[in-house]
Amino acid sequence: MNPEIALPILIPLMSGAVSLVFWRSRLMQRLVAVGGTAALLLTSVWLLASVNREGILVMHMGGWTAPFGISLVADLLGAIMVVLTGIIGFAVALYSLATAGRGHEAYGYFPLMHLLLAGVAGAFLTGDIFNLYVWFEVMLVASFALLILGSEKPQMEGAIKYVTLNLLSSVIFLIAVGLLYGMVGTLNMADIARRLAEVEEQGMVDALAMMFMVAFGIKAAAFPLFFWLPASYHTPPVAVSALFAGLLTKVGVYALFRVFTLIFHHSPGYTHEILLWGAGLTMLTGVLGAAAQFEFRRILSFHIVSQIGYMILGLALFTPLAIIGGVFYIMHHIIVKTNLFLVSGIVHRLRGSYQLKRLGGFYRSHPWLAVLFLIPALSLAGIPPLSGFLAKFIVIRAGIEAEAYGVTAIALLVGLLTLYSMIKIWAEVFWKSVPPEGDVDPYPEVRQRELWLMVAPVAGLALCTLFIGLYPAPIHALAEASAAQLLDPEGYIRAVLGAQGEGTP
Amino acid sequence: MEPLLAVAIGTLFAAAIYMMLRRSIVKLVIGLMLLSNAANLLIFATAGLTRGAPPLVPEGLTAPEGVVADPLPQALVLTAIVIAFGVLSFAVVLVRRAWEIVRADDLDRMKETDT
Repeated sequence: MNPEIALPILIPLMSGAVSLVFWRSRLMQRLVAVGGTAALLLTSVWLLASVNREGILVMHMGGWTAPFGISLVADLLGAIMVVLTGIIGFAVALYSLATAGRGHEAYGYFPLMHLLLAGVAGAFLTGDIFNLYVWFEVMLVASFALLILGSEKPQMEGAIKYVTLNLLSSVIFLIAVGLLYGMVGTLNMADIARRLAEVEEQGMVDALAMMFMVAFGIKAAAFPLFFWLPASYHTPPVAVSALFAGLLTKVGVYALFRVFTLIFHHSPGYTHEILLWGAGLTMLTGVLGAAAQFEFRRILSFHIVSQIGYMILGLALFTPLAIIGGVFYIMHHIIVKTNLFLVSGIVHRLRGSYQLKRLGGFYRSHPWLAVLFLIPALSLAGIPPLSGFLAKFIVIRAGIEAEAYGVTAIALLVGLLTLYSMIKIWAEVFWKSVPPEGDVDPYPEVRQRELWLMVAPVAGLALCTLFIGLYPAPIHALAEASAAQLLDPEGYIRAVLGAQGEGTP
Repeated sequence: MEPLLAVAIGTLFAAAIYMMLRRSIVKLVIGLMLLSNAANLLIFATAGLTRGAPPLVPEGLTAPEGVVADPLPQALVLTAIVIAFGVLSFAVVLVRRAWEIVRADDLDRMKETDT
């Protein structure tokens, strides 16, 4: 029995419950937030270590063996994603101590954050497709409530689009699960994969694959289903933006990786071709959208979309190297993107604005902040020796080896345009002199202690980026091993259903 | 029975999408409600409508005898109904708050955060 499989789900749920008990005590909620996310980070590292040592770990809930009960399955990809959840959760919890504000905390900011983390971790660890739907909903409900904390006008407008499109995607997902159950009579993903190979009407299987692709594509903000993201991600409090930017779309990407390597891998000529063009267009539209923006968080939101394209490109090429690239890209992107949003929050706190034209002079006044911005920004654009360079390099090399020259050219061009966007922020926020009086919003004084609480997670995440960039061997080995597991669905099925593969309902 | 149910599900979906494409946010929420009900009915129908006995295993046996109904879709539908109920009540509150703050029932007047 390995308790570490269930702990990354149980710990945030428990921390959420405990902080609900201390509804009136601000101090206790804060302590639980930091303690709970730190515990989540520790157990997730424990989980990754044991998965790395022992292979795919399976836990049958309530002692009901697969395929009858719900199984929690931790393979390397799932465990890596849980570790990233832990890192981001801990960083955002620390950052929230300085930015959340009394009003937000009084309406349950921290309990919702724990609930969101539980939903995300659950989605990464479940081995049951209906259970995946349930975790998606847990995550969504928490994110709905976090998005509208504060009830400002832009938040309401953003939330209506976010809620509608995400509910639509959930309904499509639910219908697809229902139809899949009608076809194969099981909900366990390993069992589905085994039985789907025996289904005669492959046309129906492709139709179902498309339904899953649309459902997860909306969650992952892939082209042409991404419009909810740039309309809403720049509206909530900045810590919430950072949490969403790091984790939520990546749950969609993870679900695409899981479903299209384990279940729907029989006709890659059809499904993966569509994914390939979707990936190319996602990259291009995202980066072009960012080029037209002049608001810090809107630029970053559009870059989430364009980066999602690289990850899906890794999945769509469907060669071992490409999957390694995709997994590596996810790891690099979650850390870097969250970090950029956190930096934008510090800038906002110091100068009271996200508009580029109202900002300026940070290189002179806060040179350390300029360095902390440059590390994730250049990494996002793919400048060596930072983590983004290696991630892009692997994906693009896989593209050339697979002779998909069109999308590879797009990927290279998008890298260049990303650099343009980052240079735009650099020039406007850090390099240019402060705009004359009257153009600048009056900004409040920031206490030194709060500033430290905001800088510490940013510096920590920047160190992670540098570590991945300068010493990539262990990370690359992890990505390689998880890609090997993803491309060998038989191993996953054996681990869940047992060697004999029996079990007829 | 199946064709009747299929027509009902199709009508529900059509009505839901029609409502969601209107500009009013209240109609949007009505559309979402119809959509989740259509999905629930679809799951109910996918596993096949069997006139079978309840799936109980008689004493001394390891499998139920004769034709039994599949209980799992009903469990799924039950879960989905509960989730949809929670989410939709959130959506109703959201629409009310949005109306209070934006003072408009028209999606075309909520374009400030768009790009």
